Amino acid sequence: MLEPQDKTRFEQLVLPHLNSAANLARWLLRNRADAEDVVQEAMLRAYRFFDRFRGGDARAWLLQIVRNTCYSWLEKHRPAELMTEFDEDLHQRPAPNPETLATQADERQQLMRALESLPPRSREVLVLRELEGCSYKEIAEVTGIPMGTVMSTLSRARERLQRALVSAAAKEAS
Amino acid sequence: MICEFSPITVHGYVDGELDAVRSADFERHLENCAECQATLRKVQSLRARLQQSNLYEYASPQLRERVRRHIGLAARGVQLSGNLQRRFLIPVLAGLAVAAVFLIGFFLVSPDSKIAPITAELIDAHVRSLQPGHLTDVPSTDQHTVKPWFDGRLDFIPPVADYSAQGFPLLGGRLDVVDGRTVAGVVYGRRKHLINLFAWPARSQSRLSDASGSRQGYNWIMWRAGDMQLCLVSDASAADLRELKNLISK
Repeated sequence: MLEPQDKTRFEQLVLPHLNSAANLARWLLRNRADAEDVVQEAMLRAYRFFDRFRGGDARAWLLQIVRNTCYSWLEKHRPAELMTEFDEDLHQRPAPNPETLATQADERQQLMRALESLPPRSREVLVLRELEGCSYKEIAEVTGIPMGTVMSTLSRARERLQRALVSAAAKEAS
Repeated sequence: MICEFSPITVHGYVDGELDAVRSADFERHLENCAECQATLRKVQSLRARLQQSNLYEYASPQLRERVRRHIGLAARGVQLSGNLQRRFLIPVLAGLAVAAVFLIGFFLVSPDSKIAPITAELIDAHVRSLQPGHLTDVPSTDQHTVKPWFDGRLDFIPPVADYSAQGFPLLGGRLDVVDGRTVAGVVYGRRKHLINLFAWPARSQSRLSDASGSRQGYNWIMWRAGDMQLCLVSDASAADLRELKNLISK
């Protein structure tokens, strides 16, 4: 249990990164309601483990906990999503419902679906880099990918996203 | 013109992760390399699209409130100690906390448990290889001897290279059996330690993911490169293994 002064430190250091936590969880789980439950759980874990935080990058520290909580949740509730992590051909894009078909032209929708069609390990590095603005060092800290392979992981993820966008555009045109 | 930079360098450049010297070198190179220019434009336009499309999901006010409420509750546990009834609460809360720690520990290690049987087998194979006469079937420090040796004995080509200059001399190759299949064993030295690199074709639906750990005093790192599953095992330090892994992944 934390002392009151730790509670204050937690509020000052960790709580400000709640948006980052929500963003990462939403993209890993592809669903806001699930993401909110998982973020709440992750924040509670972070709070319980706060005495282990030895200073440094609080955002990366929190995001690492959020990521682990997300993967545990996926493992329990949607294990199939983790199984296809290296095999994008097996990764079926969710069938678009009529509503999303109507707005197919929408750039945001297109990007969202392409991003969601990627395996989680590709998706997370893109979200951390492009949306969250993390450095390679922070990405390594959050995901556990060795620092030396962050660049190649990102390059692969970008190529995959590019391909997903191209194939979506081709489908639309046909 | 043949591009002398690895195709991923452009990503490091766009992300501002190259050091000043390499960045300047790459900029000079960019002027004359149409291929890298094209990749650069693609990566930059992808970034612009991602950043201009409002994809960032902010925490909703409800979530903010929920989190604050929960943390508020958790924190009050500390301040409870005044009265008798509440004193009774503390052991209960402590018990719950201990249970939570165990549960979390379970969740944190559970991804490992899927690869535990295979790493146990790989470590056994490593230990076996240390017995006299078992280390290599083809003892050679020449990658042009070791690599062709595997050819014809395996239906895949394991990565083989000599990293003497970086302190990991190639010592030879061997066939091994792990998880009921024939795998390639490539042996490297590291000071007085031996390192086994195990390589086999990854199953497309394999649940093995990039992971590392230690067991029985041996360190291991497992990762996937393309359609190949690779694992380093050694009593050398985890840092040494990571270094070799980075060399192999280059």
